[in-house]
Amino acid sequence: MTPKTVLTLTGLSKRFGPVIANDDVSLTLHKGEVLALLGENGAGKTTLMNMLFGHYLPDAGRVEVADAQGILEPLPLGHPQAALAAGIGMVHQHFALAENINALDNITLGSEPLLALRRNRAAARARIEGIIARSGLKAPLDVPVGQLSVGERQRVEILKALYRDARILVLDEPTAVLTPQEADTLFSNIRAMVADGLSVIFISHKLREVLAFSDRIAVLRHGKKVGEMATTEADEAKIARMMVGADTPKVARDQIAAGAPVLSLTNVAVKGRSERESLEHVSLTVNAREIVGIAGISGNGQSGLARVIAGLTTPDAGTVAVDGAAIENPTPARMVEAGVGRIPEDRHHEGIVGAMSVAENMVIERLDDPDIQSMGLLRREAISENAARLATAYDVRGPGVGAPARLLSGGNIQKLILARVFERSPRLILANQPTRGLDMGAAAAVGQRLLEARARGAGIVLISEDLDEILGLADRIFVIRDGQLTQAPTTEREQIGLMMAGVAA
Amino acid sequence: MIRIEPRAATSKTFSIGVPVLSALIALGFAAIPLMAAGANPITAYGEMFKGVFGSVFSITEMLTRATPLIFTGLAAALAFRAKLWNIGGEGQLYLGAMAAVAIGSGVLDISGVLLIPIIILLGAAAGAAGMAAPTYLKIRFGADEVVTTLLLNFIILIFVQMMLEGPLQDPMGLGWPQSAPVLDQGMLPPLMDRMRVHSGLILAVVLAVIAQFMLARSVWGFKLRAVGENAAAARHAGINVKRSLYGVAIISGGLAGLAGVSEVAGLKGYLTADLSPGFGYTGIVVAMLAGLSPIGVVIAALFIASVFVGADGMSRAMGVSSFLADLVVSVSLLCVLVGGFIAKYRIVRSEKAGSAT
Repeated sequence: MTPKTVLTLTGLSKRFGPVIANDDVSLTLHKGEVLALLGENGAGKTTLMNMLFGHYLPDAGRVEVADAQGILEPLPLGHPQAALAAGIGMVHQHFALAENINALDNITLGSEPLLALRRNRAAARARIEGIIARSGLKAPLDVPVGQLSVGERQRVEILKALYRDARILVLDEPTAVLTPQEADTLFSNIRAMVADGLSVIFISHKLREVLAFSDRIAVLRHGKKVGEMATTEADEAKIARMMVGADTPKVARDQIAAGAPVLSLTNVAVKGRSERESLEHVSLTVNAREIVGIAGISGNGQSGLARVIAGLTTPDAGTVAVDGAAIENPTPARMVEAGVGRIPEDRHHEGIVGAMSVAENMVIERLDDPDIQSMGLLRREAISENAARLATAYDVRGPGVGAPARLLSGGNIQKLILARVFERSPRLILANQPTRGLDMGAAAAVGQRLLEARARGAGIVLISEDLDEILGLADRIFVIRDGQLTQAPTTEREQIGLMMAGVAA
Repeated sequence: MIRIEPRAATSKTFSIGVPVLSALIALGFAAIPLMAAGANPITAYGEMFKGVFGSVFSITEMLTRATPLIFTGLAAALAFRAKLWNIGGEGQLYLGAMAAVAIGSGVLDISGVLLIPIIILLGAAAGAAGMAAPTYLKIRFGADEVVTTLLLNFIILIFVQMMLEGPLQDPMGLGWPQSAPVLDQGMLPPLMDRMRVHSGLILAVVLAVIAQFMLARSVWGFKLRAVGENAAAARHAGINVKRSLYGVAIISGGLAGLAGVSEVAGLKGYLTADLSPGFGYTGIVVAMLAGLSPIGVVIAALFIASVFVGADGMSRAMGVSSFLADLVVSVSLLCVLVGGFIAKYRIVRSEKAGSAT
């Protein structure tokens, strides 16, 4: 029996100004299948799905969706309501839930008639519970969504789509925020739903999970579909080659003996404004010539730890010492002075001043340097010479060092920040999510730079949600959970995953 | 279907073209009420032009009018560059004026070479204090400076009225609520014989040039721009954001205080509670028209002063109300705001979002 087609995308193209986000992409989705849409960041996966869902209007191409009888009908483009009505549900990377109301209301929100006199909550609850029973998507319905875990919130998002009779579900990088165990639960839920007749498009750039779990794989590169195959015929190297267009750059890492401590946190406690920023009496020593990886699910105190090392937060208790010297009342300027290089988590928001030039952003941390200024006046020639030199050395590409930094791509913004940090030969480097959102090539370049800095003698704190990145780079690994650090006794993925989830190993 | 997309880069043509075009469009719009009032817009604008550039006297009047606007415009432009919303230029102007008459009307009877700088410095200091206080409240307690500076204007104005009927009242003033005059040697020297234009104008233009230079070339200006454009990144990079804010608050308040000094010690000679017809507020318009550029402030102040002085001339010649000037100024501000949007975003017309069949 040939599988029934539920969705066809034909020749979809979209450009944003000079950038071609999608170029003549065609896809077919069958009933009851999981299609993985793979590609590096910026390959056009999300744009494609946003066109399907009506958020963007394609420049060319058409979409057909099977109706309830299974007959393909053209979908009016540019209308999210039409996509919803046709049975397409989308779960975004960033959830769109109202945190102050409970899951039940979140699920029914928007699908109730506006002028209904009373809400038939009992019927709604019965339907949702039916969906939960069939799919296994367990989530507490009566607790405000703000109190739910990330995994639970995601399940609420999926329930919301199913409640609206989605026959096609699009999941945009659903595992980015989950522990390995939560991800496994999600996959088995999806399997149950697929058996129930649902079709799933699953966007990811993680090869491992795609191979484990999809039926078919389509690969996008630079907005074009470069390959499609049954998962049974695929292997990791083959897909990776398709995604990057060449063999994946592997970061070579050799063993070096660690040196003297460059960073010592002793019983550091931070009472943050939220749990995300709180630290509970954390002690951590980072030595020269070593990379210490901090693994953990986002929102477990990583930002608190990073803010302390960056000098943005003064700890409520405990001491911070760099190179053996305690730093009293740390400020960003004092930490930089002490030899700490900081790669911020949010490079657009904290890393650069987008409206100022690339050259200015390259010197923003060393305005007191007599090479940069004399008598309070900027030495503009020195600043642009410095920028030209760094742009070449660190391969920062863009419209030129005089142009506003916001015109650079994410990868080049990161290179700008790396240039600024590494140029000062820091003793300690704080790398907070240094490759998030970067494509494989740029991410490998960042890893290479970190290893070079390590060889040169720097100590590095690598905070990342990408466990593969930590396993690939770090000499020692800690897991951060509820503001506490625990050294990971092994480098086993599975066990680290359990520690991240807070399950006793 | 119309969509709005951000532009990759804002061109230089836009940053100059938008204000100029806005001014022209504003004059175009103002032609409608002119016609409604029964006047021929072309003749009216001819009279307006004559009212400004018709004689040496009218030009000097325009320059006199522009002088306080350059000061208050600079005050707003610099603060706004740091995203410190100083709406209190009007109050700071009065603080500067009060300080000028307090020290200049007889307490210190010394030579003008000393007295004039003292008046200027004290006036600036008073204005600076008037902005430093709300900035402290903002940094310490998170009090919105838009609200505090705006409300302080009214408090300060009432305080001025109180002082003018109390300690600062001119004993020889026959009971009028006005201060004693600034001593002759304390007055800013006039620029031309028998004209009102005074050396406050020179001071204003020089300060604009210095501000332009410092903003682009100095470490102080670098930090100010960084704080204004992205305070989080500035802080992360080790810039002391609070210090930058206090610094610009003091300079901004000081410049607004100088507007008061210049009006009292350059023009009127004494202080009354109606010293300023809203120069502090108009300075905000000047700064916005100027795109927050200090040199642009000089040009925008000259434009707005021309519109006001010209409208007076037109009103006398044609019997049309001079409130038209307010209309031209407000419409050109609206046009600049719309133009600023167009400079940052482009409006794309695409085929209607019908079904792609």
